[in-house]
Amino acid sequence: MLQLIANGIIFGSIIALGAIGLTMVYGILKFANFAHGDTMSLGAYLALLFFNLQLPFPIAVVLAIAVSIAVAILIDRFLYRFFRSTGPIILLISSVGVALFLRNIILLFWGPDLTYYTREIHLAFQVLPGIRLNSYEITIIIVTGVLIVLVHLFLKKTRIGKAMRASSDNMDLAEVVGIDTQRVIFWTWSVGTALAVFGGIMLGVENGLRPPMGWELLLPLFAAAILGGIGQPYGAMVGGLIIGIAQEVSTGFISTAYKPAVAFIIMILVLLIRPQGIFGGSKRWI
Amino acid sequence: MDLSGIFSYLVFFLVIVSIYGLLSLGLNIQWGYTKLFNIGIAGFFAVGAYTSAILTTPAAPDRVGGFNMPFLAALVIAVLVSGFIAFLIGIPTLKLKEDYLAIATIGIAETIRLFFNNEAWLANGVRGVSGIPRPFQHYITFNYNVFYLLMMLVFVAGVYLAIEKALKSPWGRVLKAIGEDETVTQAMGKNIIRYKMESLVLGSMIMGLAGSLYAHFIQFISPEAFVPMSGTFLVWVMLIAGGSGSNKGALLGALVIWGLWSLTDLITNVVPVDYAVKAGAFRVIAIAIFLEVILLVRPQGILGEKTVMSAAKKQD
Repeated sequence: MLQLIANGIIFGSIIALGAIGLTMVYGILKFANFAHGDTMSLGAYLALLFFNLQLPFPIAVVLAIAVSIAVAILIDRFLYRFFRSTGPIILLISSVGVALFLRNIILLFWGPDLTYYTREIHLAFQVLPGIRLNSYEITIIIVTGVLIVLVHLFLKKTRIGKAMRASSDNMDLAEVVGIDTQRVIFWTWSVGTALAVFGGIMLGVENGLRPPMGWELLLPLFAAAILGGIGQPYGAMVGGLIIGIAQEVSTGFISTAYKPAVAFIIMILVLLIRPQGIFGGSKRWI
Repeated sequence: MDLSGIFSYLVFFLVIVSIYGLLSLGLNIQWGYTKLFNIGIAGFFAVGAYTSAILTTPAAPDRVGGFNMPFLAALVIAVLVSGFIAFLIGIPTLKLKEDYLAIATIGIAETIRLFFNNEAWLANGVRGVSGIPRPFQHYITFNYNVFYLLMMLVFVAGVYLAIEKALKSPWGRVLKAIGEDETVTQAMGKNIIRYKMESLVLGSMIMGLAGSLYAHFIQFISPEAFVPMSGTFLVWVMLIAGGSGSNKGALLGALVIWGLWSLTDLITNVVPVDYAVKAGAFRVIAIAIFLEVILLVRPQGILGEKTVMSAAKKQD
């Protein structure tokens, strides 16, 4: 049981990193980005590309993030930008197209088979009584913790972070008081994509890489974002951990194949009981 | 390919087009009229197909079965079950913002697929259900696929005419009005949630009908056939390309997009097997780009619908 909870925290960290970006895009750009999971896959595969070029892993990660951010911003410039006036649903449809585009680009270049960053095996050791983790998993938890603190400082302390929170509350009002919304949009994609790529790479380290890896994570991501209250980055962090732990603990009782269904059922329950989520104080999202 | 080969390919092609046509018509009620974003088409399609398959096949040792129901009875039940699932999904989501329905429907489609994948007692799991009977086979003395195509045309025409009639009624005008301006419609005293629920259920019933007819035509189904995105996304592209809000557009879109899709399939069959996966990926990339171009250049589609309420506004 303790081991399942520990696994849940690892998986939950990955979900949380993806869900933060998803919820930020929802809060500021006002649409459910169905391509977010595939952005995670893209980042993971780009890291593989750079790592296979004999670059050190941290540099490969940084390059993967940089290229993924460039891709996200290009898609926004040449596609999403034109749909902003036509409403959130056209953006949603468009993002489904982008999701399929990205996934099949990955399939085209890297093929359908499971691949790994490295064949090295890191043995798990006893961390706490009843919990065994390997060094990768400990790294995942530490890196997620650091990233979440960084996101917190970014949103609370920097000018652009404050501008993003203001825009998420009310885009028109933010524009009226002189906030540069173009800059806000740029930073939303940058931060959201960077976190998604971290999450994707961690998923690749933990489970290996497959083209649909990010797409399959989309349901837990949305469940986490909705559970935490859509548009609420802190909610997404907590939601991610809850969904991750719930999915792993469920494997003690039902078939592991039903993990995505567990996320889905939690999501439906939240929508029924508290649709604004745990941290969604106001009712503006419903 | 000789002439009879071309003929039988064409018949097969048109049966598939009419199945997609039904899906596209169902989606048009939901999205084209009421702006309900159902991205779980594959789920409702699967429910229809499996219900029909389980009810009509003879007993099998390792799964539920042996009902040996007649085709039409199973078809009706399949339609009702799909509608009921849609009703359940509508309860938590219809009173929320539209995006939630999108997320919930993809969740239900995935859950349905996982369910049929894992619960082998119900429908043989990944191995699927085979030997689904062909309806009226004993009465047909000519080419069976030609008969099936004729039967499909009757179903498509029936659904098409029924929807056209329903949508011209006061009920249909309310659906359209909700799609165009929900707040105004609500202000007119219409119970938005009830109409949305009717639209969701009716559209999903048509998708279930399509699923049932698919199962009886192909005679074999497995969860593999219902991977949420492949089917769902194609139907969306069909409706958007044809023109959402227009039933003729929905059918035209099914024909054009399935035509293009099959054409790229013929091309991929020519390339060596080593490239087959890549060619498959390339097909999806092409269709995704096609969708984005339509959204950018002609969002109303080939036979796009004019907005009724805004048109009335201009006349004032």
